Amino acid sequence: MNTLFGEKKEGATKIVLKSVDEYPDAPITLGTTLINFTGDWRTFIPVVNNDKCVKCYICWKFCPEPAIYIREDGYVGIDYDYCKGCGICANECPTKAITMEKEEK
Amino acid sequence: MKYKPIRKVVSGNYAAAYAAKHARVEVVAAYPITPQTSIIEKIAEFISNGEVENLQYVPVESEHSAMAACIGASAAGARAFTATSAQGLALMHEMLHWASGARLPIVMVDVNRAMAPPWSVWDDQTDSLAQRDTGWMQFYAENNQEVYDGVLMAFKVAETVNLPAMVVESAFILSHTYDIVEMIPQELVDEFLPPRKPLYTLTDFDNPIAVGSLGGPNDYYEFRYKIEKAMDDARKVIKEVGKEFGEMFGRDYRQMIELYRTDDADFVFMGMGSLMGTVKQAVDVLREEGYKVGAAKVRWFRPFPKDELYELAKNVEGIAVLDRNFSFGQEGILFNEAKGVLYNTNAHPIIKNYIVGLGGRDFTVNDVKKIAENMKAIIEKGELDVEVDWYHLKR
Repeated sequence: MNTLFGEKKEGATKIVLKSVDEYPDAPITLGTTLINFTGDWRTFIPVVNNDKCVKCYICWKFCPEPAIYIREDGYVGIDYDYCKGCGICANECPTKAITMEKEEK
Repeated sequence: MKYKPIRKVVSGNYAAAYAAKHARVEVVAAYPITPQTSIIEKIAEFISNGEVENLQYVPVESEHSAMAACIGASAAGARAFTATSAQGLALMHEMLHWASGARLPIVMVDVNRAMAPPWSVWDDQTDSLAQRDTGWMQFYAENNQEVYDGVLMAFKVAETVNLPAMVVESAFILSHTYDIVEMIPQELVDEFLPPRKPLYTLTDFDNPIAVGSLGGPNDYYEFRYKIEKAMDDARKVIKEVGKEFGEMFGRDYRQMIELYRTDDADFVFMGMGSLMGTVKQAVDVLREEGYKVGAAKVRWFRPFPKDELYELAKNVEGIAVLDRNFSFGQEGILFNEAKGVLYNTNAHPIIKNYIVGLGGRDFTVNDVKKIAENMKAIIEKGELDVEVDWYHLKR
């Protein structure tokens, strides 16, 4: 199927279509979050301190994007391709193990 | 004829319901509104009697939701159908754009009914013509047979070009009047209308897609062009499907404007829907009285049959456009379209607009005869008396 944005490419966020023939017949997109990294929107970045983490996974429950995942060692990891930096995880963390820090770009 | 048709005496609404059944629609979502109700009642009866397999009826709380449900079903790959009238169609307006924009071949029967106020349940085409710019194809049926045939052809055309289509019938004049309809045996309908092959489907989990996502100024424009290109392609597809229908079932629909005794006509009556049955009868009467007149019934209003209108206009001295509709602040809608098409051509017959039958006002053979006398006088004089004639007005 022809898609609007093409396949996910390393470092690329969007393919610009130059001719009307390149467009699909219907305005459908193949999983846009596979290509568009919402992590680009972020100003603050969550940083996890594993010394304080008690593995309650409240941050995982509250994350509005699927940006928090549970690592093999039981601690939480953050998928920075998708984390928008909203800070809900840091706000909800009962042990203050997550802090929001200004991201250097 | 190569097959034995099943003759049933049915109303226009039942003809629509039978056509939906024979088209093997998979999802019907509708809300009752006079005079559409009996279409959906009949479909509900098919389901309760176990006459249909694999048909899901979705009860909804409004026409807006009915179209939304059809859009979801169609995006998932199903063949979806609904029916409505007047205020219900107006309530659907927003969703009509979503259906055509997402390129979903939903078929809807609209039972033409006048818009309120004053409250009216009688025939008037302004409700469907007000949806002119939504990207839906529109087929206008003259009689119950054309309602049945129209629904079957609409599905085939819609699923070929991936645009939704509206089949339009007159309130009460067709919807509740019984007539003989020749129905097609199921196996032949299946041959004519095979299962839908969707352009995309939400249920293809190996190729997940997003429908209804954002299109910025960089991309939106191209998608509008694609819809227009599909509409343009539809002109060819409609003629092919109409021809195929004629070859298979004996009723030929290749003309987007059906011409009746126009070959040597001095002037013709042009209009849409059930009133053209009256006009054809009047043409026969007028021919016997020595008038060289014909009828041009516009079957497909969208896409508009530009080329066919030009071919017709080249060969006649006058066109009387009969509009059972009105665009306030301008003129009858079909008249407006016809004048627009002819402006940049070499064909410039005298063309006059007669506003007739609004809100179910009776329109008879006698009325056509009076219009013929008026047209004849105008053509002899070579100039219009008035451009837009409110024919029935109590003066």
